[in-house]
Amino acid sequence: MVKVFIYPATSLILSDMVTRFGHTPLGSAIAIRERVQTPGLESVPLQITPEEPKKGLRWAAVEVPSGVRGRMSLYGPMVEECDAAIIINNADLAFGCMGCARTNELLKFLLRQKDIPKLELEYPANEDEGVRFVAAIKKFLNDLGGKP
Amino acid sequence: MTEYTPTNAGTVTRYVVVESYNVTPADVAIRAYEIAKGVMIKENCFGLVVMGKEEDVDRVIAEVRKMDPAHIFVKDRGFPPGDARRCRATLGGARPGFHGIEFEMGILPYISHALEELDHRDAAAIAAPKSAQNAPRLDVYTLKKMIDTQEP
Repeated sequence: MVKVFIYPATSLILSDMVTRFGHTPLGSAIAIRERVQTPGLESVPLQITPEEPKKGLRWAAVEVPSGVRGRMSLYGPMVEECDAAIIINNADLAFGCMGCARTNELLKFLLRQKDIPKLELEYPANEDEGVRFVAAIKKFLNDLGGKP
Repeated sequence: MTEYTPTNAGTVTRYVVVESYNVTPADVAIRAYEIAKGVMIKENCFGLVVMGKEEDVDRVIAEVRKMDPAHIFVKDRGFPPGDARRCRATLGGARPGFHGIEFEMGILPYISHALEELDHRDAAAIAAPKSAQNAPRLDVYTLKKMIDTQEP
């Protein structure tokens, strides 16, 4: 079982595909759950404390806005932990504020820099593209050693 | 800042999204309640939220998936069901994160079709998806030409 980073990190389809074909998806929910279930100081809604932008310095420079560094403290450890990655480019779902946009760019850059198996796709727009999309993911995940 | 003591520590929460012509979220919820055994199940408009110990949640999900494997999808959730920080009952409006699921629900029929296709086809024999990065884009010269040909 391989840890696969999914981008968009909140994607239902990627999370399901990775689990369905026998691997572990790494996405936002895992990082948020870790914070929500850890005792400390109350910092609603996501339990992101002033410590997080400091932790984010590992992946982003001090000049980078704290919003990006704070987000990177969620995703950075998972990028380091992952053994493979699936990226969906031009995902409308990943649209957000400037903090999200810059974090997404940095995230994709870090994944592309990392020497791991990667699969880059687009969301399908019809049934034929859907078959190609799922077949590509299935083949990629099977090649990583998942269940057939 | 006040002290924060987490509730439901050591549990996992997962969404079960139902996009099926034959099975409704209510059907899935009834089946899940039958085998719940300590797992919290909450029914919503698109499926269920299931919370409990990881092995119990996985057991319930594996069982409900059998109802329509190609049309039932699962993803992790960070917050427990009904958490005031996320629940729309306290916040009003759609729950943050719902829009992502709503967007992907439009694509799920293609995914379900593909999963059914791949039951009797070899994934390795299917051509790779076309990359949008290689698709021809509108260049400035063509755009200029189009603008120039516009009637005043």
